This record gives sequence, structure tokens and C-alpha cells, in this order.
Amino acid sequence: MEDRPFSDNSFQQFLNEEKLMGSRCKICRELFVPPRPFCPKCNNTKMEWVPIKGIGKLSAFTSIFVGPPYMVKEGYDRKHPYIAGVIELEEGPKVDARIEGIDANKPELIKIGTPLAATYLHRGEGAEKKTYLAFKPE
Amino acid sequence: MRKRHKLARGVAVVGAGMSKFGIYKDRNSKDFFVEAFQDMRTSVDKGFDPKDIEALYIGNFTNDFFVHQAHWGPILSDLIGHTPKPATRTEGACASSALSFREGVFAIASGFYDIVLVGGVEDMSKRTTEEVTEGLAMASISYEREAGFTFPGVFGALATAYFHQYGANREHLMNVTIKSHNNAPLNPRAQYNMTIREIMNAKIEKCKAKGESVSPWTTEKEFLSDPVANPVVAWPMHLFDCCPISDGASCMLLVAEDIARNFTDKPLYVAGIGQGSGRGLHAADSLTYFEATRYAAKEAYEMSGLKPEDIQFAEVHDCFSIAEIIHIEDIGFFKPGEGYKAVAEGHTRLDGSKPINTSGGLKCKGHPVGATGVGQLYEIWKQLRGEAGARQIPNKNLRVGATQNLGGTGGTCTMTILERR
Ligand SMILES: [Zn+2]
Repeated sequence: MEDRPFSDNSFQQFLNEEKLMGSRCKICRELFVPPRPFCPKCNNTKMEWVPIKGIGKLSAFTSIFVGPPYMVKEGYDRKHPYIAGVIELEEGPKVDARIEGIDANKPELIKIGTPLAATYLHRGEGAEKKTYLAFKPE
Repeated sequence: MRKRHKLARGVAVVGAGMSKFGIYKDRNSKDFFVEAFQDMRTSVDKGFDPKDIEALYIGNFTNDFFVHQAHWGPILSDLIGHTPKPATRTEGACASSALSFREGVFAIASGFYDIVLVGGVEDMSKRTTEEVTEGLAMASISYEREAGFTFPGVFGALATAYFHQYGANREHLMNVTIKSHNNAPLNPRAQYNMTIREIMNAKIEKCKAKGESVSPWTTEKEFLSDPVANPVVAWPMHLFDCCPISDGASCMLLVAEDIARNFTDKPLYVAGIGQGSGRGLHAADSLTYFEATRYAAKEAYEMSGLKPEDIQFAEVHDCFSIAEIIHIEDIGFFKPGEGYKAVAEGHTRLDGSKPINTSGGLKCKGHPVGATGVGQLYEIWKQLRGEAGARQIPNKNLRVGATQNLGGTGGTCTMTILERR
């Protein structure tokens, strides 16, 4: 049994370990990804960690040609766009994630509903090191 | 059962002012606010003494980030000689001054004050475009930023979901842009004052003058489909789908209904106000509407006893073209999935059945974020009083108008209904 707090921090720690985890309300069984410490559906804090399979399909996406400074730092620019998307997980909830393995220069060819699987992007060095959730075609 | 919301006493708008939105590298928030304040003073038909203002509510999103100065309440209070009376800053991202308006309404409705000034200000032009993008993204949620979403990116993603669900496409977004640009030249306070056709023709003339090969555009949509003339920012949002970076301020004088006629014979009355809060993309009910706008609209309609068909025109938060289509559905003007068709059929034009963003909208009028909510209400003020000049809605019996303001990625949404009696 996992006893980490149901927090953004724990969610990030799991991502660093290449695990996608959600929290489930022990009372009403509602599943939350990222985890919530409190079930807004039935108003209680009795939660449990649930591993998420990391299988889903694309609900919405954008191909970003003008990125914020932290993405520009990773090497993205007008000539090297990247894709961000919303993925509906097999378990039901949706997550925001980067999309890899699809040509960001041809967004007109990307289809809503494309099946995707989770992957983990390790970026930065030392104290800056961080893992980002991404999805790629199965 | 939720009780029906109502004000304990009526509130009227008796003055409104706005600075000309734009990019002003050598002016600051105080300059913008004085311009709006002076404009408001001259708009009060029977005059008033600024010393009578009992409280000030100021919307500002993030001058803290843009110009490293927070705490704008007392600064603007001092500027207009209002100290030591209270000044309060409201923050709801791009809906910050819709919240100041609402707080002002509550302050009067409670009976505590009779005369308050509400408004907003933002100074965005002192930073690079990348920095402004980063600053605005502070109003999104952390999961969206981790995924690399920008503001145009979030609305781009909503557009892909909307396209998929309802069969719309980029051409439908262009209809919004072309319509806003057709209204803008009629608004002397707008940041941009050219139609898309005029922009297109100017570019053709420029090419000819330089002896370069002339692009073969013959229609506005050909121009907007050209990736050089209209580059992609965050697919499917292109440059002409996005509102600009702007500086500016806006303000309104609110008074208790029973003293409104001391200020003007043409007051406007607050018929309905609503505000909602929303979740991020991943947790939202849907990617094709804003739950916070729907909630705000429900509140505003319930309070006013009015229905969408009673609202004759509106200013909605077109930070991106797709947003305008979603908002006109969320406030009930058109059914879900029908908004883009209504725009295509011309219903939202100045001479249409439901004119939308007669000011030119955020797209052309400009979007100094903290000033936008009251800036939208300023357009309602102008139209309902018959003072909108060349962009006056042709309907001779204009009586009720509304605004819808959105902050962040739908986290804060408001609807406000004003009427003439
Ligand atoms: Zn529960």
C-alpha cells in the first residue's frame, strides 16, 4: 500500500518513477487523475492510490509554434513546434500531457480519438531534473 | 433548492469611461487610468463631484508581473484624490474588472455606500511577447503548463474538440475575425482600425511598391488562409484568431438606484449579474463549453427574470476566435453547436439579429486584461444610450445588453446584464 499524501508533489514523484497514479475515493469510488486529497463528490478524505494503465485516446490537442520561455529552453520554436493535448484515459478521467511521436508540423492530419499510450520525458539536469507526462501513439 | 439571487436595492450606472486601448511604451497605468477617469467624468450628464465617491474597486490581473508593481488600489485612489477612503483590488485574471463591477454593485446594494467607482487597468506592453505569454499563463493551472499549454494553446485545443464534435472548421473561425474587423474601424477607441480587406489590400500595395511579386489573394478568407500572412500560433489558432497585447484602463460610476436621476436622465440599471468558477481542461465537464459561463449566465438570467431572447446584443470575451463561438452558445443566444452557423449566417454582425462585439471585441478593441470587463460594459453603455456613433446598432428600440467576461482558461466567468428603463 502506498502511503504518500494525495498531493501534486506525490503525483510528480510518481512521474519521476515513470508511474501514472490517481486517487480513488473509498466511499463513492470516484477516480481522480491527478490525485485529489478530498472527494468533492461525497465530501470526505478517505482516498486510496490507484495505478493508471496509461492507455487512452486524444480528446483535444494543439500544436504550439510560439511557446513559453521554458519550452523554448527545451529547443522548441516556430520551426520546431510541439503538441500538447488532453487525453481521455481508459479508466475515465482526462489528463493534460505532451504528445510525442506525431508530426507537430502537420497538425491538420492529427485525429481526435487517436489511441495513445503514456511515456515519460526526463528533462533538465541536477536540481532542475524533472519528469513530464507524455503520450505517444500505441 | 437554491434561492433566487437578487439585490437588496437597485444599482444604476451613471457614468463610464475608457482609455483608448493600445501599445504605449512611454505611458503607465496611472496615465491610462486618468484618461479613463476624465472620460467618465465628462460622461456624467448632470456632473458630479469626485469627492462624493465613497469607495473604489479596481480590477488588475498582474501588473505585479508586467511592471513589478502590485497593490494598485491605493495608488489609483491617491491619483484621483480619493484617499483616505477605501480602495480594493479585485483579481480574476482577464475577468478582474468584471469582479470590481460586481463588488461595487454589492457594496451599494447592501446599503453601505451610495456612490462607488469601479474599473480596471493593465500595463502589458513593457514586456516581450514571450514574457507576456508567460505572465498570462499564470492564470492557467499547473497541469496545463506542465503539458506545455499556452493560452492560445488551450483555446486551440478547445477548437479541435469543438470542430470534432460539431463539424466546424477554420473557415468558421475566420467569420468571427472578419466580423470583428468590420466593426473595429467604426470604434475610435479601438486598438486596430482596419478591416481584413483593408489589411489585405495594404499588403498588396506594399508588395507592388517594393516591386515584389504580389500575393494572389482576392478574398479575405484567401488572405487568412495564407500561412505567411496569417501564421499559426497554436493550431488551429493563427495570428488573426488571437487578441493583441494592450495597455489601458476603464471605469464606471455606480450609484444607488434612487439617486440615479441626480446624475443623468439616462441611467442604465443593473438587471442581472452572475459569476461562476471553472476547473482546468482535464477536469472540465466538457471541452466544448465553459461550465463557469453557463453558471454565471444562469445566475444573471435568474436575477433579471430575462431570457436569452430578451438580450438584444452582447460583448463577449473573444480572447480567441473560437471563444466567441463558445460564449454565444454558453449564454444561450444559440444552441450548443449552432454558434458557428449563426456567425456564418451573419446573425452576429452589427446589422444582424444578435450583434456581438460591436466594439470590435478584444480582437480589435484590444485586451488590457484587467480593464476588459468594465471596458466591455462601456460598449453596452454607449449602445444603450445611443452614443455609439458609426457603430450604433440600427435597432431603434435598444433596451437590454449584456457582457460575458472570462478569466484564465475558464476559471472565472461572469455575465452582466444592463438595461435602460
Ligand atoms: Zn467520494
